[in-house]
Amino acid sequence: MEKPILQIENLTTSFKIKDKYYMAVDHVSFSVSENEIVAVVGESGCGKSALALSIMRLHNNQRTKIEGEIKYRERNIVTISEGQMNQIRGKEIGIIFQEPLTALNPLMTVGDQIEENLTFHTKLSKEKKRLRTIELLTQVGIPSPTRTYDQFPHELSGGMRQRVMISIAIACNPSLVIADEPTTALDVTIQAQILELLKSIQKETKMGIILITHDLSVVAEVADRVIVMYAGQVVEMGTVKQIFTKPLHPYTRSLLKSIPSQATNKKRLHVIDGMVPSIVNMNRESCRFSPRIPWIPCNAHEESPELHEVAPDHWVRCTCYKHFYFKGLQRGEITNGIT
Amino acid sequence: MGLLKIDDLKVHFPIRGGFFRTIVDYVKAVDGVSFELNEGETYGLVGESGSGKSTTGKAVVKLNDATSGRILFEGQDLSKLSFGQMKPFRKDIQMIFQDPYSSLNPKKRVVDIIAEPLRNYERLSVGEEKKMIQKYLDKVGLSPDSMYKYPHEFSGGQRQRIGIARALTLKPKLIIADEPVSALDVSVQAQVLNFLQDLQEEFKLTYLFIGHDLGVIRHICDRMGVMYRGRLVEEGISEEIYENPQHIYTKRLIASIPDLNHEMREKKTNLRKRVAKEYEQNHSKYFDDLGRAYDLKPISNTHRVALR
Repeated sequence: MEKPILQIENLTTSFKIKDKYYMAVDHVSFSVSENEIVAVVGESGCGKSALALSIMRLHNNQRTKIEGEIKYRERNIVTISEGQMNQIRGKEIGIIFQEPLTALNPLMTVGDQIEENLTFHTKLSKEKKRLRTIELLTQVGIPSPTRTYDQFPHELSGGMRQRVMISIAIACNPSLVIADEPTTALDVTIQAQILELLKSIQKETKMGIILITHDLSVVAEVADRVIVMYAGQVVEMGTVKQIFTKPLHPYTRSLLKSIPSQATNKKRLHVIDGMVPSIVNMNRESCRFSPRIPWIPCNAHEESPELHEVAPDHWVRCTCYKHFYFKGLQRGEITNGIT
Repeated sequence: MGLLKIDDLKVHFPIRGGFFRTIVDYVKAVDGVSFELNEGETYGLVGESGSGKSTTGKAVVKLNDATSGRILFEGQDLSKLSFGQMKPFRKDIQMIFQDPYSSLNPKKRVVDIIAEPLRNYERLSVGEEKKMIQKYLDKVGLSPDSMYKYPHEFSGGQRQRIGIARALTLKPKLIIADEPVSALDVSVQAQVLNFLQDLQEEFKLTYLFIGHDLGVIRHICDRMGVMYRGRLVEEGISEEIYENPQHIYTKRLIASIPDLNHEMREKKTNLRKRVAKEYEQNHSKYFDDLGRAYDLKPISNTHRVALR
């Protein structure tokens, strides 16, 4: 196994709501190695974006509390000063945001926005920066880079804007890129192209990628390892193969089952009972998924659920997976969730 | 006889420019689209953003004016009607919008949102209205006390259901659902899709389902049309189109659906490369000199493709 670039240990991010702190990311631990795509999946509100912003330290520190360790190449970036963080942010760790139209500055040309990063982190001359920018634009597959250099974001299509976002993120050859829902706002054909692009850039630069998404099919398409989050916690973690062929946690299985596909044609889709708990009034002691699977007896759950290693690198929280079955199916009947 | 028949619909938006703001050109958002909806079926319109699918849907409810062509609803051409003449038909055709966050008035309570169409068409006493709204709230699975709440107090899925309740109150025959699940999470999406199917059975509804997620369209639609730059490139029974796509654009769309089976990765990538190559090489087979798709030609009774 390659040496991890980023190691997260017990990361906890809490937000201040009415003078009290509530954990949005709850003791999350994982690592990312070189040349690896780690996908973080979950529904809105599960803390996946809060996790991304914590790694970049982009949260408002008046209202957020970050505990635990985020080790970037043996250096804990939770405790370093803002100035030191600025040296890492953008240079060592790049980020791609979801909505390219709001993330890009509408008043700056594409070229200037990419160069901003280079100006801050390198000592290249003006001419060299321009060349590097055009090289980057070519690398991300923009058809006429010299023209695009002087264009404004509104003149580009959604796919092209996302390519510009990617080129900003990779401008300084970071060893880690966080992609926060990079394809959610895009059409399917463009989505396929952008995912292809990310993979090909990775092949060249050997960077690690944390891919944050809610779309399980995107995960199946590109990821090496998968982290499934629910209500701020990691509920299951494993390789793509483990997660998609042998999902264990009830949440992972239910999610996979609710995706419409060829087999579900016109039949009823699986629906998870209840709703995602809000971070303010959530029972943090017991299994957080238990209210949504009320037909599973209480004693199937652990009292304070822990992650268990069920196979090499395959982790599952709580013991309820052993007793879980879908309502309407006979107990013991084996379904892998993709049926 | 179809419930809705769209015949050579064109919606062109003028581009104004020059000194006197004269019309220089047109954006041909919808450029000669024809299809038919039978009663009780779900017809899907797919395509990328900018392909004109929403414009087509909006033209049916006259949120956009049709430039030419006919929109026959139960034999009556809607495109020729004036605003006033359209009124009785608005009752039969309702719309569900994409974004549940911006399509509900934040200053109105749920009761006022749902009652608005009722108040426009029917004279009900306060008590009757309340009863009616409770009935529909119950139908869409919201508790009766949510009546006096405001939209911001609900989650995305619940808001979408408020939008659906609003569309149902006048007992419409046709519902135009413009990307009703695009903004929702998978598990919520499943809820709303199930729910749309239940309602269809209960109220004998016909849906014109506009979407870009091909998995969802395949799941819910009986027949579908694929739009590209304002034209239909392929149309027919969904199963046939998915199994046997004929037009290169449809092939491209279907090839780009991500696969849940991670072992198919290599195969998918190769398929995409092959289709992309075919797209470049055989462009003239599928599109004329102006880059427009050809007219639809039947290849079987239930499947039409735009080929030369």
